[in-house]
Amino acid sequence: MEVMEEKKRAGEFRDDKVFTWPNLVAKEFLAAIFVTIGLLSYSYFVDAPLRELSNPGEAENPAKAPWYFLGLQELLVYFDPWFAGVVLPGIIVLGLILIPYLDNNPKGNGYYTFKERKFAVSVFVLGYVFWYVLIYIGTALRGPFWAFFWPWEEWTHDFPTPPPMHDLPLPLGVALLVGFYFVGLVLPAMIKRDFFLKLGVVRYVLTMGLLLTMIGTVIKMVLRLMFNVKYMIATPWINI
Amino acid sequence: MKLISDLKKKITENEIWRSIFRHGYADTPRNRVLQIISNIWLHLHPAKVREHATKIRFTWCMGGITFFIFLFETLTGILLMFYYVPDVNRAYADIVDLMYVVPFGRLLRNSHRWGAHAMVITVSVHMFRVFLTGSYKPPRQFNWVVGVFLLVLTFLLSFTGYLLPWDQLGYWAITVGTNMARATPLLGHEGPFSYILGMRPDNDIRFALLGGTMIEAPALLRAYVWHCIAIPVIASALMMVHFWRVRKDGGISGPL
Repeated sequence: MEVMEEKKRAGEFRDDKVFTWPNLVAKEFLAAIFVTIGLLSYSYFVDAPLRELSNPGEAENPAKAPWYFLGLQELLVYFDPWFAGVVLPGIIVLGLILIPYLDNNPKGNGYYTFKERKFAVSVFVLGYVFWYVLIYIGTALRGPFWAFFWPWEEWTHDFPTPPPMHDLPLPLGVALLVGFYFVGLVLPAMIKRDFFLKLGVVRYVLTMGLLLTMIGTVIKMVLRLMFNVKYMIATPWINI
Repeated sequence: MKLISDLKKKITENEIWRSIFRHGYADTPRNRVLQIISNIWLHLHPAKVREHATKIRFTWCMGGITFFIFLFETLTGILLMFYYVPDVNRAYADIVDLMYVVPFGRLLRNSHRWGAHAMVITVSVHMFRVFLTGSYKPPRQFNWVVGVFLLVLTFLLSFTGYLLPWDQLGYWAITVGTNMARATPLLGHEGPFSYILGMRPDNDIRFALLGGTMIEAPALLRAYVWHCIAIPVIASALMMVHFWRVRKDGGISGPL
């Protein structure tokens, strides 16, 4: 009986099936041909980049990672390498892995819908867009010494010296960070009681923890850009 | 259309054609099934699929195209391996040879490089589509996890290939990338709390990645072996699981 239920859910008994040959295979074949033609013709006209022979004595300026990592490299402006380059990507991958186990909303399984899963879709789309916005900034708007240039500006070595930065006093920084996560966890649970109860404590804390980390990253960027804050928390061992 | 069918008759209904192909393909339901299940490559598919799963507006075709580009990269990669030697004294010259001397070498290298970029894009768009259709929901949770690993492996495949031309672009990109490793908490010599494990430049995780304290011959060889053998093997194994689970979890997701 349980097996039947399971199969029903997977849609095995719904009779809207068509033959794979030719309905699916023909499309796959066409897609393969178009991709091949596209790749080969693009490659015919545009050469892959190749610079001079590598020279450890002469650093590229700016030295950039491959484009898909430039979002993380852009975050190096706002965070230390251990966070922007190691811990944050780790959190992103872990968060992606956790998605199916955190999202226990049974609706929207196997079809496009925004109405039935507003929270999940909004958060994911925001994160996805954020990732690519950072990549765009890192790729197109960062010149020598990782200085910022608008698309219409020319990259020069002659840019204004950035204003001096300061750290927040340690007690204030710790209070702000702890307060941010505390309020961010408690307030939504009180206002959106339904949301909290549906998820349960563990799912709720993990979901909001990941979301707050994403929001916190943006807040740190704002603090840095508007108030010249270098570190919220500066200690001899670790800086955030 | 009449012209085409007439032409088809002319080509197929004569002694030479019949002597080669013996009999034609009768378009019957039975034969449509047999086309799939008695073909070792096509039987990755079920004989029948739900109609929405064949719609490009539902799947965007992105998973399939990602797999196809992986095959394309494998093919062009093997051909490139005939010419390229991962030796610091030769690597750059081999690439220049590919660009100017080897027949079709330029097309080979260009399409391998652009294909790699395209694959990073298509795999991330595939993930976006799978999220929007909620396809990671039960019973497909674990296949999403396998997919996340494949996403990371795609990044690493592309990243390890970046060093191989041994030019300034690759050298400094890998410098930036692997410098992150030395900031790893506990495991990198500049990372927080690394003194606990006694990390030095010559025994931390960056050293393990590069096979040295700088990007030199061992780093090039490591990038090459990861790029051409280790990661493709791991990714292939995970792809088998990924495709097998699509079938076992009830085919491509769809409305109930």
